[in-house]
Formats: sequence, C-alpha cells, structure tokens
Amino acid sequence: MDVLLLSRLQFAFTTFVHFIFVPLTLGLSLLVAYMENRYVRTGDAEYKRMAKFWGKLFLINFALGVVTGIALEFQFGTNWSRYSSYVGDVFGSLLAIEATLAFFLESTFLAVWIFGWKRLSPKLHNVSIWLVALAANLSAFWILMANGWMQNPVGYAIRGERAELASFTALVTNPFAWQQFIHTLCAAYILSGFFVMGISAWHLARGRQVSFFRKSFRIAAPFTLVFALVMVVQGHMHGAEVARTQPTKLAAMESLWETRTRAPQFLFLIPDPANERNRLELLPIPGALSLLAFHSMDAEVQGLKDFAPQDRPPVMLTFISFRTMVALGFLFPLVAAWAWVRRTDPERSPLMLRLLPWMIPLPYLAIQLGWIVAELGRQPWIVYGMMRTEEAFSPGIATGQVVFSLVLFALIYTLLVAVDIFLLAHHGRKGPEERHDVDDGSATATQPGGAGFTTATA
Amino acid sequence: MMLETIWFVLWGVLWAVYFALDGYDLGLGTLMPLLAKNETERRVMYNAAGPFWDGNQVWLITAGGVTFAAFPGTYAALFSGLYTALMLLLFALILRGVSFEFRRKVDSAAWRRVWDTCHVLGSFLPALLLGVAFANIFKGIPLNAQAINEGTLLDLLNPYGLAGGVLFVLMFALHGALWLGVKAQGEIARRAARAAAGLWLALVVMMTLFLALTAYYTRLFDNYLADPVLFVVLLLPVAGLLQARRALAQEKMGHAWAASAVAIIGVTLFGVTGMFPALLPSSIDPAFSMTIANSASSPKTLTIMLGVALVFVPIVIAYQAWVHVTFSYKVTEADLAYEEAY
Ligand code: HDD
Ligand code: HEM
Ligand code: HEM
Repeated sequence: MDVLLLSRLQFAFTTFVHFIFVPLTLGLSLLVAYMENRYVRTGDAEYKRMAKFWGKLFLINFALGVVTGIALEFQFGTNWSRYSSYVGDVFGSLLAIEATLAFFLESTFLAVWIFGWKRLSPKLHNVSIWLVALAANLSAFWILMANGWMQNPVGYAIRGERAELASFTALVTNPFAWQQFIHTLCAAYILSGFFVMGISAWHLARGRQVSFFRKSFRIAAPFTLVFALVMVVQGHMHGAEVARTQPTKLAAMESLWETRTRAPQFLFLIPDPANERNRLELLPIPGALSLLAFHSMDAEVQGLKDFAPQDRPPVMLTFISFRTMVALGFLFPLVAAWAWVRRTDPERSPLMLRLLPWMIPLPYLAIQLGWIVAELGRQPWIVYGMMRTEEAFSPGIATGQVVFSLVLFALIYTLLVAVDIFLLAHHGRKGPEERHDVDDGSATATQPGGAGFTTATA
Repeated sequence: MMLETIWFVLWGVLWAVYFALDGYDLGLGTLMPLLAKNETERRVMYNAAGPFWDGNQVWLITAGGVTFAAFPGTYAALFSGLYTALMLLLFALILRGVSFEFRRKVDSAAWRRVWDTCHVLGSFLPALLLGVAFANIFKGIPLNAQAINEGTLLDLLNPYGLAGGVLFVLMFALHGALWLGVKAQGEIARRAARAAAGLWLALVVMMTLFLALTAYYTRLFDNYLADPVLFVVLLLPVAGLLQARRALAQEKMGHAWAASAVAIIGVTLFGVTGMFPALLPSSIDPAFSMTIANSASSPKTLTIMLGVALVFVPIVIAYQAWVHVTFSYKVTEADLAYEEAY
C-alpha cells in the first residue's frame, strides 16, 4: 500500500462519515427553527416541546458533524499537499470564506440557542436557531462551490507552477456547483423529513404522545414531498450538467461503451468492464439517453471507448451507485405522497406507520451513493481535466504515518458513529420529556409506559 | 509585498486570537481533575466553557483556512511536514468535542467517567501539541529545497519544543483558572483563584526561561535587534502578566482574564514578529524557508480575501463579544438543573 492509495482511502472514509451527519444538520435545523417559530407565534407550548425534543436529536447529530469536519479541513494539507499548493490560490479562499461566514455564525449561535432558553426573549431565542439554519446552509454553499470547482474548474489561469484565480465571479456562478448545491440541499431536506416522519410514525404506531407526534408529522410530510418532487426534475438537470462537462463520468454512470447518436436507455443492464462491453442489456427506451443528457433524441453521447483506459473512472461502482440512487429518487416521492395524503390522520394507516421508520436509512444510502458517483466518477482526476489524483498527494509523508492515522480514524470513527446512532435511537425512542417545565397546560399528551424524565445529575 | 505583509500580520493575529479564546476552555479541561472534587463541580467546569468552546474552536479552523487561502505553500509544507503531530491534535479535539455533548446523555457514572477522561486528555494534549508545534516553527524545521520536512516526530521533541509545550500548557491553564473564577462561585471559585496564583508564578518562571532559550535556539531576536522599536511587542506579555496578577489580587476575575488574554496574544505576536518574513523557517537553509514571498497567493486572491476579512471578522468579533458578555453570569444550582446544561 502506498501513500496515494492510503490517503485516498482515508479521505473517502472521513468524508463519508462527515456526510452521515451533515444532511440532518442542514434539514433538521430548519424544521426546528420552524417549530419554535410556531411556538413564538401561537404560544402553544407543545411547539416548544417539539423544538426541544427534535433539537436534542439535532444536537447529538451536530456534535459529530463538527468534529468530523475539522478532520477534512486538515487533510488537504496533510495528505494532499501538492494539490493544496497547486490550486490553493483558487480553492483555499472558498474554504476560508466558509469558515468566516458560516462556521462562526453556526457554532456561536447554536450555543446561544442551547443556553439561552431562559436568558433571551422568545423572539431573540428563535432568531438564534434561524441563524444556525442559515449558517449551515451557507456553509453547504461555499463547500459545494469548492467541490464544484474540482468537478468543473472555471475562472482560473495556469501561471508558472500553479493555478491562479482569474475570476471570483466565475467561481461562484459555476453552473455545475449550483446544481450540486441545490441537489445536496434537496437531499438533506428529504433525509431530514423522513427522519422526523419515521420517528413520529414509530411513536404514533404505539399510541404515544399522539398530539405531539401528529403535529411533527404534519410539518414533515409536505416538506419531504416538495423536495422529493423537486429532486426528480433537478436530478435530471444535474445529470445533464454532468453530460455537458464530464463525458467520462456520464459514460461510466450509464455504462456506455460505444459512442452513438440516439443512444437508448436500458432499464436493465449488467456492465462487463473487463471486456469493455455490457453483459446484458434489456428493455431499451430508444433515444432516451440522448434525450435525457442533451435534450435531443439525435444527440451524440460519447462512449467510454472514446477515452484512453487510463482516463476512465471505475465503471461498475459508479454505474451501480447511480442506478440505485435514481431508483431511490423515484421511490421517495411516492412514499412521501402517501404520507402527505395521510398528514392529518396518520394513525389511520398502520401499514404506513410501520413502513416509515424503515425508510430512515434509505436517504442516507442515496446520499452516500450520490457522492460515490460524484467523486469516484470524477477519477482519475482530482480536478477534472486539469490535475490527476496521483499528482496530488503529499510527497513528504511516509506510508507508516498514513497507516497510523487511518487506523486511528477507523477506530475512533467507528466507535463514535456507534455511540451517536445509539444515542439518537435511545433519545428518539424515549420521546419528548414529560411536561416538567412547560409553562401552560395546553398540551394534551399522556405517555403510557413511556420512560420518565431523568435529570442525569449523580 | 504590501498585501503579503498585511496578510502575514492577519495570519499572526488569527493564531493569537485562537490561542486567547480556545486557550481558556482547553485550560479548563486540563485543570478539571485538579480543581473539581465532585460531579457538581465538574459540571460547573463544563458549563463554564459550555456556551463558548465551539465558537472559540472555529478560530482554529479559520486560522487553518486562512493559511490555505493566503499562503498555500506554507499550508502544504506545514500540514504535511507536521503530519503526525497534527493528526494527534485532531484526534484529541475530536474526542474532546463529543465529550461535551455525550457525557450527560446516558445516566451512568461509568459512562461519564469515559467522557471525562476524553475531555481531560483532549484538552491537555492540544495545549501541549500546539506549544511544541509553535516552538518548533519559531525555531525552524528541517525543510529541504522541495519544502519537505526531513525530520521526524521525535525531532519535534527537542528541549526548545518541549519548553514551548510546557509554556502553552501553563499559559492555557492560568487562562482557564481565571475564567473559572469569572463563572464559578463558592468553594470551587476560591480554589480556582488559588490555583491561578500558583500558575501565575510558574508561568512567569517558564516565560523567562523560554525567552532565554529563544535567544539560544532561534533567530527570532534578529528582527528585534535590527529594529529595536519592535521590542514594544514584548511589552504585551509583560504588561498582561503583571496586570493579571494585580487584578487577581483585587479579585477582579474578568479583568485578570482579559489581561491574561493580552499576555497570550503578546507571546504569539512576539514569535511571529521574530519570524517575519518567514511563516515556516527552514533550519537547513534559510533559502528553503516558506516566506511571504515564495508561498503567498496571487494579489487578486489576497485582495478578495482581505475584503472578506475586513467586513466579516469585525462582525464575528462583535457577536462573539456579545455572547461572552451575555453568558458570563455565575453558574448556579438553577443553571445546572437546566435541562440543556452540559
Ligand atoms: C436523498 C438523496 C438523493 C436522491 C434521492 C438523489 N440524489 Fe443525486 N446525489 C445526491 C443525493 C441524492 C448527493 C449525495 O447529494 C450528490 C453527491 C454530489 C452532489 O452534488 O449530490 C448526488 C449526486 C448526483 C449526480 C452526480 C453529480 C456529480 O457528478 O457531482 C447526479 C447526476 C445525480 N445525483 C442525479 C440524480 C438523479 C437523476 C436523481 C433522481 C431522482 C437523484 N440524483 C436522486
Ligand atoms: C461530503 C461528501 C463527500 C464525500 C462522501 C466524498 C467522497 C469522496 C471519495 C469516495 C473520494 C475518493 C475517490 C477515490 O477513491 O478515488 C473522494 C476524494 C476526494 N474528494 Fe470528495 N467527497 C465529498 C465531498 C468533497 C468535497 C466537498 C470536497 C472538496 C471541497 C472533496 C474533495 C475531495 C478530495 C480532495 C479527494 C481526494 C482525491 C481523490 O481521491 O479523488 N470531497 N471524496
Ligand atoms: C471535503 C470537504 C469538507 C470540509 C473540508 C469540511 C469542513 C468542515 C468543518 C471544519 C466543519 C466544522 C465546523 C465547526 O466547527 O462548526 C464542518 C461542519 C459542517 N460541514 Fe463540512 N466540510 C466538508 C464537506 C461538507 C459538505 C459537502 C457539506 C454540505 C453540503 C458540509 C456541510 C457542513 C455543515 C452543515 C457543518 C456543520 C456541522 C455539522 O455538520 O453538523 N461539509 N465541515
């Protein structure tokens, strides 16, 4: 194993773990802010309990998002030093701006929200969580402008030994990056919606805290449906952008070997990369691939054989990941529509209540698959068409050093992810606290057999 | 060179502010086993850092990000050159970060002990590692012509590096004890004040020693001798420390804490001023150093970043100052009973 391979493994592993937590932060912060907003506007204390309960799950999730994020920021320098010095002039500024504009706001006001329930006026307190939600989504913007630049480098000029910034405007109007930004936000909102619906359904199926979870469900259902529907249309636009800018990735996503016009879309297909063909192609829709990628049945779509083997990404994993993500992308609006139809009386459909908790892992899966498409499909380039991954790693570090850090990452992250999932499940199942500090009696909930509130002071 | 020089100053200031802010919560964590005698007192210490530590830590991310954006060459050489030390720093910060959130989420003493251990180690190690790293940066690391560090982790543990480590641990511990004096009351606040007095003395001794070692091991004083006006920078740590002791004696803890922040900023700026124009001196040949001339970004990037920094850093400072004032109340029983408290 060499430094390059180990660094790639380490980067892939640590980004995937970071991105287990990020999407819930992006979406749940908005939902919590909205719930508290309802409390401030209506004075209904049940909304306050909702903000607190979902807020607690948000915080458990957030803790790991923060600490795993720092690991990524460090790695550009530690493991990808040639990348950093080659493109730092363009790429580094986006990361620095992200920290200055978004992370400060997010971390500072989250603490204000946690510690401010009794110290701030309800309005100001609500503002603090809106600021957190804004900052989280702003951080997604800047980091995706950075990643989008690696996918579709724009606004730079090679001068001497490195790439230098030529147009900052081009960086932040990069069409590829914008597609990624919108796509990732939709994904995060879908995930958060299913998260809230799934946990609510679990409690509703057991008849616990019915009014509380019905209200939560009612907020999450339309939210999820809207973004699941947008996703189908926008996902297609995202794919078309890939077709325009990254022909090798598109060919791998579709496992298309021969360049052709009127390229069909096979509903079922098994790639055979060793022999540069497909083992099986079934149910073609004539011209559909050309139509989807270039909005014209007659458009020519480039096949993998048009590119030298060392310029092609791994086909099998890219292809399977893309197919599965898209399949899930069609499943989500269907389930979300069902939930939406039943948004006022979810208990009337026990089947749906049983299904929804099992939906929670699926958006997580879709998101990780999407990143495999984006990052693995970009290979062998670290910056598409400009710099190869094999040219990017740190020349000065030893294999032993990366083995050391990779092993520790594997150990610590596995442990922390396990603890985090345990805590989310534990507190998610326990449900909201009994109304111990609620200031009025409007909540109707009872909690048969539910765990009581325990202050963990020993 | 004007832009590069401005960014050099901002770079130094960012690190200084990071140490002055995260320093006290790292110090609190380090002192936990010494100052907290029971669960309630431990919780007072966690909650003394509670509303601030995450916002403080972002200064580290920003300092790293700014190194990347303004001096990519330095960022690449520094982070890959100190690979193992930085990874240890990272793991320590990871365990510490989650300890705040996790420890009270399960009601079990054994569970809390696990996270307390992570918290203490995760606070002590960063203080030590940052000190070792910065002392070595002041001294220079064996960077070759390809900007590759030819030394190993063990080479960082030279006498000067270790002295830097001890200096930072003491500096942060004093800073933390003073903040605890601000936030706590009763027995633990008195204990914090007594600890601060002891730490202050140890720090004065250590700082004098460190200055002497600096003259011996580094070339930092070259800049000062070339331009003696620069010696005013040294007034910051001296005045900060003296003022901290005076305020401590008068039991003005907030005052003492602010003076200690000035001292920390002064120590950082002292080192950074001595290094100019290098950000990462090479101990093999000064020609191999990473400097503002050979590692800075293009004027265009530096200008855009300067605009961003001039607008947003003051805003950040304003709202973080507001948070520090709003949440500087004494931690009471009622605050500990509060369900969101750590
Ligand atoms: C809930 C999650 C989710 C769902 C349902 C979908 N996606 Fe997705 N997809 C992502 C989550 C995601 C992602 C993880 O967020 C990615 C990774 C990079 C990015 O920008 O978004 C992604 C990447 C990604 C890419 C690769 C872009 C690149 O190279 O950067 C394409 C072409 C699509 N998606 C297209 C679709 C289509 C046609 C979908 C059908 C409805 C779809 N996605 C549903
Ligand atoms: C958070 C979601 C992300 C995930 C899950 C992810 C995943 C991956 C994976 C799997 C690889 C390894 C590819 C390979 O094995 O060949 C990789 C590489 C990389 N990605 Fe991402 N990525 C994410 C976001 C980003 C972002 C936002 C950036 C930049 C700002 C980025 C920059 C990189 C870099 C520098 C590499 C290393 C070079 C390489 O092996 O391709 N990634 N990422
Ligand atoms: C590989 C590139 C990435 C780097 C270097 C990176 C860096 C970081 C850092 C340093 C933090 C901690 C901030 C704090 O202390 O408050 C963080 C958290 C966060 N990041 Fe990332 N990140 C990456 C990928 C992404 C992507 C692709 C997104 C979104 C689309 C994202 C969104 C967030 C959000 C919302 C947070 C807030 C904390 C949380 O996740 O719960 N990051 N990231």
